[in-house]
Amino acid sequence: MNKKTFVHPYIPNSAPEVKAAMMEAVGISDLEDLYSEIPEHLRFQGELDLPEPMMAEYELRRHLEETLAKNVTCKDHLSFLGGGCWQHYVPAVVDEIVNRAEFVTAYCGGTYADLGKFQARFEFYSMLAEMLDVDAVSEPIYDWGAAAGMSIRMASRLTGRNEVLIPENVSPERMAQIRTLCQPEIMPNSIKITLAGIDKATGGVDIEKLKNKLSENVAAVYFEVPGFFGNVEKNAREISLLAKSVGAQSVVGVDPVSLGVIAPPASYGADIICGDLQSIGMHMLCGGGQSGFIAFRDEAPYLAECPLAIYTIAETAVPGQYAYAEVLPERTSYEARDKAKDWVGTASGLWTIGAAVYMALMGPQGMREIGETILYNSNYAKQLIGEIKGVKVLFDTSFKEFVANFDDTGKTVAEINKALEGKKIFGGLDLSADFPSLGNSALFCVTEIHTKQDIDKLAAALKEVLK
Amino acid sequence: MKDVRLRKYHSAAWDEPLVMEMGTKGERGIIPPKAAKEVAEKLGDALDLLPAGMRREKSMNLPEISQYHVLQHYLRLSQMTLGMDLGSDIGEGTCTMKYSPKMHEQVVNSSKFADLHPKQPAETLQGILEIVYGLEQYLKQISGMSKFTFQPGGGSHATYTNACLIRKYHEARGELATRDEVITTIFSHPCDGATPATAGFKVITLMPDENGYPDLEALKAIVSERTAGIMFTNPEDTGIFNPKVAEYVKVVHDAGGLCFYDQANANGIMGMARAFDAGFDACHFNLHKTFSSPHGCEGPAAGAYGVREELGKYLPAPTVEFDGTRYYLDYDRPESIGKVRSFLGNLECVIKAYAWIRSMGAEGIKTAAQISVLNNNYLDKLLLNIKGVTRPYAEGKRRLEQARYSLGDVKEATGVGTAEIRNRFSDFGIQGYWMSHHPWIVPEPFTPEPCETYSREDLDYWAAALEQCVKEAYEDPEFVMNAPHAMGNTKILDDSLAEDPDRWACTYRAYKKKSK
Repeated sequence: MNKKTFVHPYIPNSAPEVKAAMMEAVGISDLEDLYSEIPEHLRFQGELDLPEPMMAEYELRRHLEETLAKNVTCKDHLSFLGGGCWQHYVPAVVDEIVNRAEFVTAYCGGTYADLGKFQARFEFYSMLAEMLDVDAVSEPIYDWGAAAGMSIRMASRLTGRNEVLIPENVSPERMAQIRTLCQPEIMPNSIKITLAGIDKATGGVDIEKLKNKLSENVAAVYFEVPGFFGNVEKNAREISLLAKSVGAQSVVGVDPVSLGVIAPPASYGADIICGDLQSIGMHMLCGGGQSGFIAFRDEAPYLAECPLAIYTIAETAVPGQYAYAEVLPERTSYEARDKAKDWVGTASGLWTIGAAVYMALMGPQGMREIGETILYNSNYAKQLIGEIKGVKVLFDTSFKEFVANFDDTGKTVAEINKALEGKKIFGGLDLSADFPSLGNSALFCVTEIHTKQDIDKLAAALKEVLK
Repeated sequence: MKDVRLRKYHSAAWDEPLVMEMGTKGERGIIPPKAAKEVAEKLGDALDLLPAGMRREKSMNLPEISQYHVLQHYLRLSQMTLGMDLGSDIGEGTCTMKYSPKMHEQVVNSSKFADLHPKQPAETLQGILEIVYGLEQYLKQISGMSKFTFQPGGGSHATYTNACLIRKYHEARGELATRDEVITTIFSHPCDGATPATAGFKVITLMPDENGYPDLEALKAIVSERTAGIMFTNPEDTGIFNPKVAEYVKVVHDAGGLCFYDQANANGIMGMARAFDAGFDACHFNLHKTFSSPHGCEGPAAGAYGVREELGKYLPAPTVEFDGTRYYLDYDRPESIGKVRSFLGNLECVIKAYAWIRSMGAEGIKTAAQISVLNNNYLDKLLLNIKGVTRPYAEGKRRLEQARYSLGDVKEATGVGTAEIRNRFSDFGIQGYWMSHHPWIVPEPFTPEPCETYSREDLDYWAAALEQCVKEAYEDPEFVMNAPHAMGNTKILDDSLAEDPDRWACTYRAYKKKSK
């Protein structure tokens, strides 16, 4: 390719005439002269070994589409995979809005120029606050795991203590992130992670074990509703009370799509609430639709310890007209650098707008109905699979997900899933490596997108595979 | 510069109510699918499937609005957002606001990506894994590093990942107890100080010398057996490339520390200089900046984090590998720092970055870098001709892809500062500029970054708009102080509420309670 004529549609000033005029204006005869400040020994001398450019948009599109066509999707197959990334229906209006060029390409513009973004974001905080029944919600972070880790660190700073109790019914992905954020214990601001124990019948927190582990060193008890196994914690209020009895914070992780039917965490004593927005309006995107949130009571110490940005509505000179301003900005890393509360940065802002549109569409009735449908479908599947010879379903309550144990079938989950794949089904998530105490078990996810026929098909396929 | 006609712009002003104030009881925006009748009959009341005491009793005060009106409301809010596509984001320096090709968005939205679950068997993810693996190979070329992860969900998250890797490296060598200091520079992004602090390190911040470079002599004085590493940018936010960067790296290496190159500012040097060649152990790129993935109202984003070969074993699990026939995920990484994000990260950003590089090739990447520096040097000439605009440090030295200027003289003469001029700036239909990270070493700062996306006309317009704002500041300071004038909104009455717990309101329900 002739270097002198490289003109790219994304680079207007690569056109020779304008490039020459600008070089003249700048006073250079060679573009390399722009780099006079980079000494020779630091200049890259070779050519980057990259494929030849596909400058025709069609050619590149064709390549991308053909490459992605090698995937088999959860629409090609019937999928029962969940475990933190879930298949839900995304309303068309949500897609319409989150694909608006203004929202897709906005960044940290000013409160006036990007007013619509700020209003949409404030509406997101406001509607999520209604679902959670609290008064303060922060900007989003990467995902639930990051939000959980940061919430625990908030609790540690609030209490001046450095131990957290966590039951073993938390997602391994999330636990790994929490561990990264809290450990190793040699570091001065580390937090000891003590496993609290779970009850074999319910999959929930083992209250007696929890009591034994509570002490004045404990900053927080972290638990989830529903738990990773889909179990709905029946002792949530007692756990919060126990935490408070030693001066610790009750930190609760929630799946917001459950909140139309499951009690809001504030009602059972949660002090800090975190979770993931993916279930309320985001496509799975191979794990790219995650977005963590942190919420709490509107009390100054909580806001002061939250690492993420928080905005307030503010009145303007025109009555009834609002703008938005950042609350206590000096605590965030943008202002305080290494003296900040952890850090803040670009994370998952677009998904808060998706979640706002989702909540506005659903309304209270929609949230209740979707919760009911998920309860029905998942519990129907649980019953049906529990009736299959050799299969045991674990734990007494389930929302959206449940655990099935295959110890008595003579087949491993890997073998079962391989056979299901042959029938165009993605079976449950294999838990055997992460939870050896559960034996040969899988986590099945059933949502509002599954029909009775889908569930019957899964049960029939399992029966056949396990024959 | 040609004569520029400044637009008679006014932003969309729908005077849109808050969504919480819309609709009437009983209206529906969407109806979710119901469970089959037989299923519901078999199981009885759905709420009875939950433990007593865990059923929602308190009503949820969400709005009830028909679908058309939800759509209309959010379309209006989108119109009231300038965004990069409409607004020309030359001003948002350090952010590399480049064009994000529309084709990439359409491909990522297709079911062949959007409907993938990250825990599907690897055999069913061959297409996406091929793209992840491919991007890793390209970034290895561009940086010289040996292995990458795309798990970090943003640039700051990548620097946090690096802080964790520094921690793991010294822990593995049994030196973590003594190596408890990480060094950064004041003109590096604040996350280069904040994330090692979160990881548990003491942070030492180098100030600039009289030329604007981080002080090399000061660095030599502070390194010791306590030094765990250094994390900094080059060029820093000033746009000044530090020609002695390899010496800084050597000083820290000699003391036993690791050296991390924050490459958020890589757009001007892609294909021109590489992190590896300056001796760095690790670096990161923001796929949502340098490699064209859009910023999406602050995410989803991706920090691509790469390291030298001997540090590869510490990267988060899983990594994407290729055995010559198939792509697979390697979870068996006993020395890994663990995980920093669930699953594989924001792969939508990975696809877009991959596509951008495939569209550019080696020549295109170099051209993008060179034109971004050409644009910046062209804009620099225009800005320095404006009365009251100065550019501290390194007199006579070229800036690369961005530069930090000062309106300190304007403030002194007129009382109008950079924040007020920024408010006025958007009245011309372009996004308000980025001032500076904190602290403001440069008084009344602003930091434009006119990357390769922008035409000469865009640059001329931007400079003309700034010139107009400054002229107004000298002639009619009150007018600028009361800006904006062409936005959908007027100025906040009293922003002290952001510090006042009795008046701040982070949600509508808090606002209703406090405004009573």
